[in-house]
Amino acid sequence: MRFVDEYRDKDSAARFADLLQRITTRPWTIMEICGGQTHTIVKYGIESLLPPAITLVHGPGCPVCVTPLEMIDKAIAIASQPDVILTSFGDMLRVPGSQKDLLTVKAEMGNVRMVYSPLDALKIAQENPKKRVVFFGVGFETTAPANAMAVWQARRMGVKNFSLLCSHVLVPPAMEAILSSPSNHVQGFLAAGHVCAIMGYEEYIPLASRYAIPIVVTGFEPLDLLQGIAMTVKQLEEGRHEVENQYTRAVRKEGNVRARRLLQEVFTVSDRAWRGIGIIPSSGFELREEYAAFDAARVFEVGTIAAQESPLCIAGQILQGWKKPYDCSAFGHQCTPEHPLGAPMVSSEGSCAAYYHYRRRQGTPAATP
Amino acid sequence: MTKPPPVDFGAGLNCPIPLTDYPSVLLAHGGGGRLTQQLIQKMFVSQFANEVLEPLHDGAVFALDGANLAFSTDSYVVDPVFFPGGDIGALAVNGTVNDLAMCGARPVHLSAGFIIEEGLPMNDLWRIVVSMHNAAQEAGVRIVTGDTKVVEKGKGDRIFINTSGIGTILPGIKIHPRNARPGDKILVNGPIAVHGIAIMSVREGLGFDSAIESDTAPLNGIVATLLAAGEKVHVLRDPTRGGVASSLNEIAESSHVGILLTEESIPLTEEVRGACELLGLDPLYVANEGKFLAFVSPEGADDILARMREHPLGRNAAVIGEVTAGHPGTVLMKSRIGGTRVVDMLSGEQLPRIC
Amino acid sequence: MCLAIPGKVLSIDQGGTPLMADVSFGGISKKVCLEWLPDVREGEYVIVHVGFAISKVDEEEALETLRLFQEIGDFEEGDMKPPDGPAPKDGE
Repeated sequence: MRFVDEYRDKDSAARFADLLQRITTRPWTIMEICGGQTHTIVKYGIESLLPPAITLVHGPGCPVCVTPLEMIDKAIAIASQPDVILTSFGDMLRVPGSQKDLLTVKAEMGNVRMVYSPLDALKIAQENPKKRVVFFGVGFETTAPANAMAVWQARRMGVKNFSLLCSHVLVPPAMEAILSSPSNHVQGFLAAGHVCAIMGYEEYIPLASRYAIPIVVTGFEPLDLLQGIAMTVKQLEEGRHEVENQYTRAVRKEGNVRARRLLQEVFTVSDRAWRGIGIIPSSGFELREEYAAFDAARVFEVGTIAAQESPLCIAGQILQGWKKPYDCSAFGHQCTPEHPLGAPMVSSEGSCAAYYHYRRRQGTPAATP
Repeated sequence: MTKPPPVDFGAGLNCPIPLTDYPSVLLAHGGGGRLTQQLIQKMFVSQFANEVLEPLHDGAVFALDGANLAFSTDSYVVDPVFFPGGDIGALAVNGTVNDLAMCGARPVHLSAGFIIEEGLPMNDLWRIVVSMHNAAQEAGVRIVTGDTKVVEKGKGDRIFINTSGIGTILPGIKIHPRNARPGDKILVNGPIAVHGIAIMSVREGLGFDSAIESDTAPLNGIVATLLAAGEKVHVLRDPTRGGVASSLNEIAESSHVGILLTEESIPLTEEVRGACELLGLDPLYVANEGKFLAFVSPEGADDILARMREHPLGRNAAVIGEVTAGHPGTVLMKSRIGGTRVVDMLSGEQLPRIC
Repeated sequence: MCLAIPGKVLSIDQGGTPLMADVSFGGISKKVCLEWLPDVREGEYVIVHVGFAISKVDEEEALETLRLFQEIGDFEEGDMKPPDGPAPKDGE
């Protein structure tokens, strides 16, 4: 596949591994804050190509993992109503709420449907005029414009039985929350390439400066990750802290202007609760007043939901990079992908699931070339 | 014969699957991964317990009055019933034929049981039956007995088919999931993940345009050419639900060996790759139909690979990995770029993702 | 977040709202929304996420990145950073 295969070349990967051995003189801790990048790193065994001095930490880059428990419970409550069809991306279906997950609701009631695109959800609404169709819209800034488009279209075409249950989160406030924490030991960031394809990377410049930390906008193929890591390490070794763009074939400084305009029209920035972390100010999107009729949170009265997290789950600490999954007492015992206690064990690029599936035990083969 | 005492489930204490975890059966229990294994082990094997069942190979293998026989059963609940490249009828025939072939048996007779939902158009039923006839002819088997039930509308999902089959095993053939040995090469007869993606391409909400057709096919012909190599073939398995990864994990565990795959040697067509990349699916976990894995002794591997490639169903056969003595029970894969990772058993169903 | 892959624009449905196109990914194709990249032409590549084209693949930059991969050995002497791209156009 063009523009994919070339970035998975073995010889180039070996050259990067060599290079990193040569230029790394001190231990560095680098965080990536995108589930897609976590996935690539673990799937291709990239950590086994890095010198031991480099520690890769996975941040709260999985929107599925950080969607608050109350939100999942709300989606489940909505889906449990007989005149509703709840549509969702595949990722959300297995994440546990307080009692059960959406897949269980699907098994019990049959009115939960998986879609690839928010426009598919809108189509389902048009084809089922007697049902109320809700789209469970999660995601970072990459997905927000797509969800915005569905709502914008619904309003334009008068599809009154469609609504969006919105759980959008933004990357820069999360980075700031991590960097400003006294426990922070992250020294460099890989910024999520596709988020930046939409938003551009201007908003990272003040962050890099204020916290004196290099930030490299990075792509998703293994060579992108290796190049992004190499660029970050080079900055660290040279004492620089700039914003650089590794993913030049897809990211421009100003991002995608039209998509950003749509975001502004449909959404407004709001405070958001991040599962495991708490409320981060101005870190999410909410539908604007003009779109209230399409806001599932307002349309559906589901009452107060007292959400209960498992006391054993340390997802918050893992998401902020303070602990690794195998530091958790429940990892692999009470908490497995078959019965997860928290979101990172369920989502296919949640840290815990990634470690469980691809590495299983600490110190297993990921270290062996 | 005295009746066995009734089992008391009143307190739920005897139910082997903790009711607090799974008070009811989930779709994932049918996904072919860990949950399915758990259900089978804890519910069925623990109750039915006998030495013929215990290996849990694709079919039961046993001697009866001097003849070595294989006996297998499979049920088909696929939705949609008609899909690119096939239908539920072809799957039902080929599926059982293949299960028998995976035991090293020559399939002879099949049964066919139908559970039909009221309202299924007669024309659809006819199409399915004709398809089964054609598949049986191609495989060289006969459908010799059957059963028909009709259930009320809403209780059946159009049609369910069960096929069972019986076959004979030649003396000297010992194909068994416990027979994998360190050094064995692992072969596959062609590109993987085709069937699962063909089904996905017509699934509501996820569909896409493609020319991908299911690879459902009877494998007894191509397997027969391998069996001529006799003892050099140790294990055969057709990776249906759960994909190649699940089958390899099961064999690694049964044989108590490790497996090392090489990502770049796993055959994939461009279209299937495109679909997997688009939906975020790992082809190792996608269902296959007309495909099988063969564990063969290293001395026999080249010859067996050549034989496979001579057969129409094996033109793109390849060696995808080998068996190791290290890390028993675990499947590893060397990635395209050189790093190594664990290829774990699937937990539930693999779902498309956006992340 | 961000499973997005490059696909080739096969044909654009002119005049629709939102703007849609057939995009191929290694031999399979899907309808994709091109509303945010109206200047994209048939034959060009776009990055697609959940059925939407979020960015056009800049082929020159793509080749430049690949070229840098080949020159990794010279990294220590030169600068790793890829050169700035051409002046951004509206809508990209």
